[in-house]
Amino acid sequence: MPQFRIPGPLRRLSEGHTTVDVEATDVVGAIVALDAAYPGFKDRLLDENGDLRQFVNLYLNDEDVRLVGSGLGAKVGEKDEISIVPAVAGG
Amino acid sequence: MPKVIGLRCRECGAEYELQATHVCEMCFGPLDAVYDQALLKKVVSRQRIEQGPKSMWRYRDLLPIEDSVNVVTLGEGFTPLVKADRLGAELGLRNLYVKNDTMNPTNSFKDRVVSVAISWARAHGFETIACASTGNLANAVAAYAARAGLECFVFIPVDLEPAKVASISVFDPNIVAVRGNYDEVNRLCSQLLESTPWAFCNINIRPFYAEGSKTLTFETAEQLGWKLPDEIIIPIGSGCQFVRHRQAVRELLEFGLVRGDRVPAFTGAQALGCAPVYNAFVSDTPDRVLPVKPNTIAKSIAIGNPSDGVYVNRIARETGGVVEAVTEEEIVDGIRLLARTEGIFTETAGGVTIGVLAKLARAGRWNGDETVVAYVTGHGLKTADVLASANGHSSRRVEIEPTMKSFREKVTI
Ligand SMILES: Cc1ncc(COP(=O)(O)O)c(C=O)c1O
Ligand SMILES: [Zn+2]
Repeated sequence: MPQFRIPGPLRRLSEGHTTVDVEATDVVGAIVALDAAYPGFKDRLLDENGDLRQFVNLYLNDEDVRLVGSGLGAKVGEKDEISIVPAVAGG
Repeated sequence: MPKVIGLRCRECGAEYELQATHVCEMCFGPLDAVYDQALLKKVVSRQRIEQGPKSMWRYRDLLPIEDSVNVVTLGEGFTPLVKADRLGAELGLRNLYVKNDTMNPTNSFKDRVVSVAISWARAHGFETIACASTGNLANAVAAYAARAGLECFVFIPVDLEPAKVASISVFDPNIVAVRGNYDEVNRLCSQLLESTPWAFCNINIRPFYAEGSKTLTFETAEQLGWKLPDEIIIPIGSGCQFVRHRQAVRELLEFGLVRGDRVPAFTGAQALGCAPVYNAFVSDTPDRVLPVKPNTIAKSIAIGNPSDGVYVNRIARETGGVVEAVTEEEIVDGIRLLARTEGIFTETAGGVTIGVLAKLARAGRWNGDETVVAYVTGHGLKTADVLASANGHSSRRVEIEPTMKSFREKVTI
């Protein structure tokens, strides 16, 4: 099953779990499944229009999902890992 | 009495105890340091500032470091605000200023943020300082960690300019060169956060780090005789400093350091080769900054996934500023223009700032009497290679024999 990686500051929502396995075939589906297991994730990750919130990054394995052609519609499979990474300042 | 009382989420307003964290548990938004406003109202004054050291620490009351803390300093800040008459004449601006932040201890504005970050980290018991960096931050972190006697890990993209790598290495930090771009380095560090007890300047202690940027704007106001300019041009990487400069203006007005309520126009500068904020600004949806893969000589600001991009666009619009972008050629032209007219040698990020300044001026943005300040944030020796590769030797260079004859033949005076 695809797996979510939850960063430290957000683990209160996942009851302390570092990873959460979800049943899904695409990224949006995975978010919905994560939200079903731990309610609250969907509203925090997605805005009213269903777009990823600006200050959250989602990586499908090593790719930023915003840079993947199909975006949130990107397919996910058995061994895929989706990481939530809060936006970082620079330079 | 402590002046910093906690952290607050910029999005939902949730409050947190003072700690090394940067993300809101409630909404995943960014956290900012919160001050005891009533206390600050009592202590902050022009007089106290003017009596302070000739460094950015003269604004200590407005920085998140308590009075009891021994700060880690190399004399950063209070850099020259240069009245740029010759550059102004070329651009039709009679009141143009350059804030020359190349004059910092490690030659970029990052010394301001790092001095605050490392002071905070050491005071809160951290033994190792780390950062993800496009070069300048790593340079500052390595130097200040050496000064503080702390362990240091810097993470940089593997293709960083050789001059930058040399000026980091000399301080003997642990350097991790990552085969990837800055956004990938950042992502790795975000993940490392959990398995290390380190203070990552731009990640978990970012709420304190970011505050240091404000001093650039405090100084600008003080150096203008406690006045605000009409417009400020700021280079944008993550957009972090841009947002803090807006906050600095708010504080200058709030604490009566500057009179009135007029806010300068905030204008952002990007390289077209990495312009996610500019792309959004000129689109129909400035609130949606889409990441890009950077490809520009302006590596210090080559951040494809800028954390504060949306806030930059909001501030630019609200204050009557714009976000503009320039080509690689315009960046090099900007470096040369500033050097030729004002004797200031800036790196590519400053080339972006001056390039944008020139582009806007030539497009008729100003009538000529406005007070415009350009923030030049890093020194030219950091990226000197872009000049060499642009056209080899200077067109005004001649090579001669060590004889009078040869001189007379080859040189016209
Ligand atoms: C010289 C220089 N100018 C500007 C910036 C951009 O600052 P920020 O990331 O806060 O937008 C950086 C670093 O990112 C830098 O090194
Ligand atoms: Zn929040």
